Amino acid sequence: MTDSAIQITLQQAAPIPLSVQLECKSGELLALVGPSGSGKTTVLRAIAGLYQAQNAQIICQGEVWQNSMQNIFLAPYQRHVGLVFQHYALFPHMTVLENIQQAITHLPKQQRQAQALELLKKVHLEGLEQRYPKNLSGGQQQRVAVARALARQPKVLLLDEPFSAVDQVTRRKLYRELLVLRESLSMPMILVTHDLDESNLLADHIALLHKGEILQTGTPDFVAAHPKSATIARLMDQQNLFIAQIISHDQTTKKTHLRWRGTLIEATYQAQFAINERVCWMIQSENILLHRRGRPSNGNKENPLQGQITEYMESSGLAHLRVQVDKQLDTTISINVPLHVAKRNALGLHEEIGISLLSEGIHLMPYQALRSES
Amino acid sequence: MDWQALALSVKLSFVTLLFLLPIGILLGRWLAYRQFWGKSLLQTLLALPLVLPPTVLGYYLLVAFSPNQGLGLWLVNTFGTTLIFNFQGLVLASIIFNLPFAIHPMQRAFAAIPREIREAAACCGMRPSLVLWKIELPLAWPGILSAMVICFAHTLGEFGIVLMVGGNIPAETQTIAIAIYDRVQSFDDHAAAVMSFSLLLFSMLTISFTYWLSARSERTHD
Repeated sequence: MTDSAIQITLQQAAPIPLSVQLECKSGELLALVGPSGSGKTTVLRAIAGLYQAQNAQIICQGEVWQNSMQNIFLAPYQRHVGLVFQHYALFPHMTVLENIQQAITHLPKQQRQAQALELLKKVHLEGLEQRYPKNLSGGQQQRVAVARALARQPKVLLLDEPFSAVDQVTRRKLYRELLVLRESLSMPMILVTHDLDESNLLADHIALLHKGEILQTGTPDFVAAHPKSATIARLMDQQNLFIAQIISHDQTTKKTHLRWRGTLIEATYQAQFAINERVCWMIQSENILLHRRGRPSNGNKENPLQGQITEYMESSGLAHLRVQVDKQLDTTISINVPLHVAKRNALGLHEEIGISLLSEGIHLMPYQALRSES
Repeated sequence: MDWQALALSVKLSFVTLLFLLPIGILLGRWLAYRQFWGKSLLQTLLALPLVLPPTVLGYYLLVAFSPNQGLGLWLVNTFGTTLIFNFQGLVLASIIFNLPFAIHPMQRAFAAIPREIREAAACCGMRPSLVLWKIELPLAWPGILSAMVICFAHTLGEFGIVLMVGGNIPAETQTIAIAIYDRVQSFDDHAAAVMSFSLLLFSMLTISFTYWLSARSERTHD
């Protein structure tokens, strides 16, 4: 038995290939993450009953919404689903209040208005009850869509890229509002997004979807730091992904040694890979130390590398560098450092710098050919 | 002014609308949302009256409903009635002739409703019949109304098919368009001019009304 509030299994080969197994607990926010065309919205539509997958089982709060084996399929209006569409899909001929009232079918008519007003208050839209959707800003429309989705007292709340149609400033504001709002919500929530920053910020767990298949699930931090494969690492926007060969495993020091382009790299003990086996490895930018110029420290001894800055870009308080550590093979490592650190160390294009790769940040994965290096 | 002919035309237009409204909504909606085998063929058949001369369509209906053979004979034997040279026949001919004028604008009006809006209604707990009533019809209404106005005006002024199927029987099948023709034939130029001008005026009003509806609809949904 599982304590999940919603369990979803979708399997089909065509017309859209799907191989999905998901669970989400009450009050938990699960982000379905993947590139465009990976099938995220199809999964969400299948949960809502707007798409019927061939082999599917969807159980929500103990209620069977779909079971292909038993020929059970509840229509969308029979499922208690709150769905916030990407472009909100508000009813253009109805006011804000009427839009929300449409979803309050479980209460007697005389109580619906009060309930709708209560929800409008919850999403900070008091005073806009009589407005039509066309007279609302993108952010306000999104809030109405959220209020309408909640009005149905849904057993699951589905959010289909709800922040993609608003500007960045509004988006940040809406993120904060959703984070506050979700504290008061007890149903499972599933968010579809292609934005990794968004899923990191909002989700308890993420499920990485690629070509209709769930490749990995876990907390955003865990999946980013421990992808099961190089494909997943790439999808998680991992820049520092390379190929190396296992040299040795040292049980005493709990270290694994790799040879990477003639350089010996020390990683944490990962004995599941055999000696001489080729592997993919990655390191996140936060596990790369910048050597302070003129002030060497002990940390500098850990997998030290020298290189030249070939790309330098500043944005949002960070300096994004690409450091060429092997000129002949044109191998570069990406690093993000706070802008003040970059300034203090006088970092800039063509500067020579030293970096250290922290061994506990080096994650090994089974070998697969990479586009950037063979 | 031949008030009897005008009254008959108006009656024919209203009765035609009475049938075309549900037919247009159901067929227009079906064609807008469903993909099925033979859809192109069906749409071609429905569009035929747009290009076929009304007299040709009238001729085929006349042949089909002839009491001596086929469908016409079956009607006589089964119901003891015929559909040529009477008002019922005119209604059926009008409906067939106006099908594309009713269905096409309604199909476009339903197709213009974003799929997400209909799906959002379903996710709000509305059954399909309620989605049609509360969401689709109000949003498609300008298109439906303009289709009805066009069909009304079209029926009011129709000549060829009415003459072929109904003939020229005063108070039974003589519509205003046929009455105008009749007056011209009998050199009653004044009556023909008054009736022609009335139809012209009405047609202009109809077109203005449909343009106004279309502009209003665009303003509402933008």
